Amino acid sequence: MTEEKKTLVKVNDVDKVFKRGSEEIHVLGGLDLQIPEGEFLALMGPSGSGKSTLLNLIGGLDRPSQGSIEIGGERIEKLSSRRLASWRARHVGLVFQFYNLMPVLTAQKNVELPLLLTSMSRAERRKRAGIALEIVGLSHRTGHYPRTLSGGEQQRVGIARAIVTDPTLLLCDEPTGDLDRKSGDEILDLLQALNAEQGKTIVMVTHDIHAAARASRTLYLNKGQLSTEPEE
Amino acid sequence: MKYLYLIWSNLKRKKMRTILTFLSITVAFLLFGYLAAIKQGFSQGIDVAGADRLVVRHKISIIQFLPQSYESRIEQIEGVEDAVHQTWFGGVYQKPSNFFAQLPVEPEEYLEMFPEFILSEDEKQAWFKTRTGAIAGRRIADRFGWKVGDRIPIEATIWRRKGGSLSWEFDLVGIYDGAEKGTDTTQFLFRHDYFDEARAFGEGQVGWFTVRISDPDNAAEIAAAIDAEFANSPYETKAEPEGAFVQGFANQIGDIGFIMMSIVAAVFFTILLVAGNTMAYAVRERTNELAVLKAIGFTDRAVLGLVLGESFLLTCLGGGLGLVLAWLLVSMGDPTNGSIPAFFLPTKDLLLGVALIGLMALVAGILPALQAGRLHIADALRR
Repeated sequence: MTEEKKTLVKVNDVDKVFKRGSEEIHVLGGLDLQIPEGEFLALMGPSGSGKSTLLNLIGGLDRPSQGSIEIGGERIEKLSSRRLASWRARHVGLVFQFYNLMPVLTAQKNVELPLLLTSMSRAERRKRAGIALEIVGLSHRTGHYPRTLSGGEQQRVGIARAIVTDPTLLLCDEPTGDLDRKSGDEILDLLQALNAEQGKTIVMVTHDIHAAARASRTLYLNKGQLSTEPEE
Repeated sequence: MKYLYLIWSNLKRKKMRTILTFLSITVAFLLFGYLAAIKQGFSQGIDVAGADRLVVRHKISIIQFLPQSYESRIEQIEGVEDAVHQTWFGGVYQKPSNFFAQLPVEPEEYLEMFPEFILSEDEKQAWFKTRTGAIAGRRIADRFGWKVGDRIPIEATIWRRKGGSLSWEFDLVGIYDGAEKGTDTTQFLFRHDYFDEARAFGEGQVGWFTVRISDPDNAAEIAAAIDAEFANSPYETKAEPEGAFVQGFANQIGDIGFIMMSIVAAVFFTILLVAGNTMAYAVRERTNELAVLKAIGFTDRAVLGLVLGESFLLTCLGGGLGLVLAWLLVSMGDPTNGSIPAFFLPTKDLLLGVALIGLMALVAGILPALQAGRLHIADALRR
């Protein structure tokens, strides 16, 4: 008998409309999605289908035009900007396609960045960042600046930064999109390990079927709607 | 403090740009401090002028003389406690560029009128007893390396001696210090009786009077009474507070304060544009990074604070260094080697400099900081 998992993410009847001048662009329309705790979900779809928009909404980086988003029992679309920022700091880890590391900071300091928002001492921040870098296999590169790291290594630093606060949810926007196959596979191995061994709930946007195959479930987004099958 | 490393690291991003902006700010505040000291030098007499002292001069101009006999008449006017006379000697020491104030005065009366000139009792007595005796202020004595006992030759430019010579010699019997930092210690004072007897013309005439009054609140009435006393005479007077007189004297060269502050304002405006431009670029070129900071949980206010922090750190370091350099340079002495009566960077100007640093940092950084604070994360991440 399998244990029923709690739903971590509930997206209910969400619309997202962008305005460009007088034109309204409906990116998502009446979208529903539920993600159980500990799932590794891949979101696929053509460019402009709204994958990143949905990811931004789940991560509290943007707000829906209509509908509700409940994460861990909290209606995040109702939070003030300040509280939403604080919620993101505690519950969300973000991994970007182009890594988005601070070029002026070493790997160690990049990973420490989210911890600046906590009350941790400098020594504690250092220790936590060291552990995160060890998890991603970069404990030997802590003092290196991003420009001296390979793409795969930079993405590992990005993942270390995302997990250093031990967030509930990892949101990855095409994490292997800028990497060669080998480096991409290593990143996917890492994400799978974080999902399997540490129970992280992961939502990954990707164009790559090979990457999506690593997820426990794949959904396809097209014309603002989700389906379990790609559009013909 | 935990954000300081991040702020500092961002400033190091474009080292050359940061260094050039830093140096611009340093030079602006160095100029501000140095010009403030020069302005102070020209206006120090106004600051230390006695509120209970009036100056009475010829109504037409300071270069017109007044009869010495006016002194006793002035002293009889109600509200007047004492009056002393002075005359502009206008000589030079060794060469024309060694120009400073030389005044023939009545020693005892003069020292009573100006208690801010500090002289030892022995030096006072020596001056009272020595007909050719003179005293010099500390700055002018230091400038020329004079010591008590030296014989000081002064070449007159106005006052010829009986017999036609322009050369005057004085025995230095004392060196006075100032009671306050701004007290003029560049004067050379000698005895009027020696001067009056030896000069070829103008016997019995003096340049102006300094008058001590009993109540500074009645200064306007007493000044009017003095002028009324000599109205319709061949030597009509103009009495005014000592501060106004000193201001008028300084204004003969021009409104030094206005000129200095105009230069500083122009420099500051330019530097503000430079610093503002630096901050605007700093934000524009890392929109994406600022969006990432917000995405990982930095609030709008925290991002605004980080950008403003950069502006403050850069301006405080540059401006602070500028003020320190100005102070050091001013401490090394005035550029005229002692012609400026008092040359120092006043505390009030130092504090004004610190306030200006804060203001410059705020004005240069506030717009880019607001822009950074208002960044929409999803939009900025797409750029």
